[in-house]
Amino acid sequence: MAISPAVTEPPALDQRARPHIAPELRRKHTRERLRTLGFLSPWLVGFTVFFGYPLLATVYFSFMHYNQIKAPDFVGLRNWKYVLTQMPLFGPALWNTLWLVVVMVALRVVFGLGIGLLITKIKSGVGFFRTAFYIPYLAPPVAATVAFVFLLNPGTGPVNEALSAIGIDAPNWFNDAAWAKPSLVMLSLWGIGDLMVIFMAALLDVPKEQYEAAELDGAGAFAKFRYVTWPSITPIVMFAVVTGVVQTMQYYTQALVAGKLASGVTIGPGTVIQPGYPDHSTLTVPQLVYQLGFQNFNTGAACVLSLVLFVIAMAVTSLLMRKRAGLLTAED
Amino acid sequence: MTTTTLTAPQPAPAPSRQAPARQPAAIRRKRALHWIAVHAVAIAAALFFVLPFVFVFLTSVMSDSQAMSGDLWPHEWNWSNYTEVINTPGFLDWWKNSLMYAGLGTLFTVCSSIPVAYALAKFRFRGRRTAMLLVISTMMLPPQVIVIPMYLVWAQQLHLSGSLWPLIIPMAFGDAYSIFLLRQFLLTIPKEYIESAKVDGCGEMRTLLRIVVPMAKPGIAAVALFQFFYCWNDYFGPQIYAAQNPGAWTLSYGLESFKSAHSVNWNMTMAATILVMAPVIIVFFFAQKAFVEGVTLTGVKG
Repeated sequence: MAISPAVTEPPALDQRARPHIAPELRRKHTRERLRTLGFLSPWLVGFTVFFGYPLLATVYFSFMHYNQIKAPDFVGLRNWKYVLTQMPLFGPALWNTLWLVVVMVALRVVFGLGIGLLITKIKSGVGFFRTAFYIPYLAPPVAATVAFVFLLNPGTGPVNEALSAIGIDAPNWFNDAAWAKPSLVMLSLWGIGDLMVIFMAALLDVPKEQYEAAELDGAGAFAKFRYVTWPSITPIVMFAVVTGVVQTMQYYTQALVAGKLASGVTIGPGTVIQPGYPDHSTLTVPQLVYQLGFQNFNTGAACVLSLVLFVIAMAVTSLLMRKRAGLLTAED
Repeated sequence: MTTTTLTAPQPAPAPSRQAPARQPAAIRRKRALHWIAVHAVAIAAALFFVLPFVFVFLTSVMSDSQAMSGDLWPHEWNWSNYTEVINTPGFLDWWKNSLMYAGLGTLFTVCSSIPVAYALAKFRFRGRRTAMLLVISTMMLPPQVIVIPMYLVWAQQLHLSGSLWPLIIPMAFGDAYSIFLLRQFLLTIPKEYIESAKVDGCGEMRTLLRIVVPMAKPGIAAVALFQFFYCWNDYFGPQIYAAQNPGAWTLSYGLESFKSAHSVNWNMTMAATILVMAPVIIVFFFAQKAFVEGVTLTGVKG
């Protein structure tokens, strides 16, 4: 879209001389279109086969009774009615997922921003602190969860040992229905590295002159944050909130592994255990999809639940398409 | 940079509430207090982030009996725990499977996503905005939404369940997240380079391979790292497709069975945990820059 070349040849030809060289131009257009298709082809195939097809199939199966052995049977809206009104675990799963979406995302954003601010204020040993704050983010989720279940185990866990040494009556963390989700939140705060880096970059981008101007106007630390920092980082905060919501709706691995390990069931993975220990407090919607589809072989109900998740995810994603979240540039 | 803001105004004295004569000492004291406060908070935060690793490590070298007590410090350092974990039947296979999944997955993803990202960043065509919206939508989609029909196809039609191929093959057809990140990076490459390559007679493919790819190396490195870790960390995928066949388990998936197999021995489980974390953290120290670049890329300016 550069201005200077636009005035010269190609567009001019395009408009005035069209009748004469139309075939040639058309050939060029076709060639360009083929070229574009060629470059896009991996994704076009992938999108159709690994997204379009399964999405349609999910809709199809949501109207079928199908136990993955006998041929599917059309049952109308029965699966929908079952999942939305009768299935006992739907309520708890949806509640837990929403709880995590609200609490975990809010705390992660606040904590990430706090750590980001802290990093920009540190004067000695920035490199050390930045690495220390970032590394937990890299711990594979299963490994991090196993570690936290150990650290917080009520019997011999170092955290409770330390707390009782200073006379605090420690909770049972992953073994207590009221504390299991907060424990998961703590685990997610431990892996704050990604948000820290994003916020750090955003904070360093705020023009220094604005702070100096604010100082000259006699602004205190809070006023500087409110009137200088905040307005320039809101798009990033918005971005962090929306992507956080999307990620948390998929929350699966940590909740599943924590529940399984804390329950103390001594069988390997692959064995059927009801997820959500203790007391369904860590059961999330994705876990319920897995349970319905791969443990109970109730394909229809699992597909209904998948679609519920899909609708919520799309609603949130449409927020992302707004310009403020910064995913699409004005050029698009 | 706060230091510069504090010292810079001195020649042109800032209007201040305090008596100008006493300023230097007061400021110095204030600055010292500020320094202490900031670093005290930083050290507290660092403890929160680092101590879990320390406890996990200390437990991983304890003896079986000590690991069942509440002790924090090992009486003796049982390095043999690590060799015992490595010699556990299956553990090395999990390693191999993780490497295959992450290695091939990354290779496929990068090769298939680069041309797509290039077209979305640099070609003008009708439907480009729609394509971008679709890419972003798929990127945001929970994998559980489409897993059931996908599983049925892989298991019943193609008979590939019990292996990691149902996870690896789709990566040869572009990955939305990688496409998105690469495109964001390619947008920053000035048009002039591409145009001058064309003037020199390069076709689109040659321009991409000779000019664009070398310039986009940092972006490609970041995307490759992300994809590698995504595969390495993936639990849901192997659970769906590889659960029935322990020979196809990955480290992330197998680790969970460790606690169950050695149900009382936290020390073994912690040694295994360290062995699963270690490669990721080692790679990080070698590729720190690409990482940070990648993370910032996700939150890029609009």
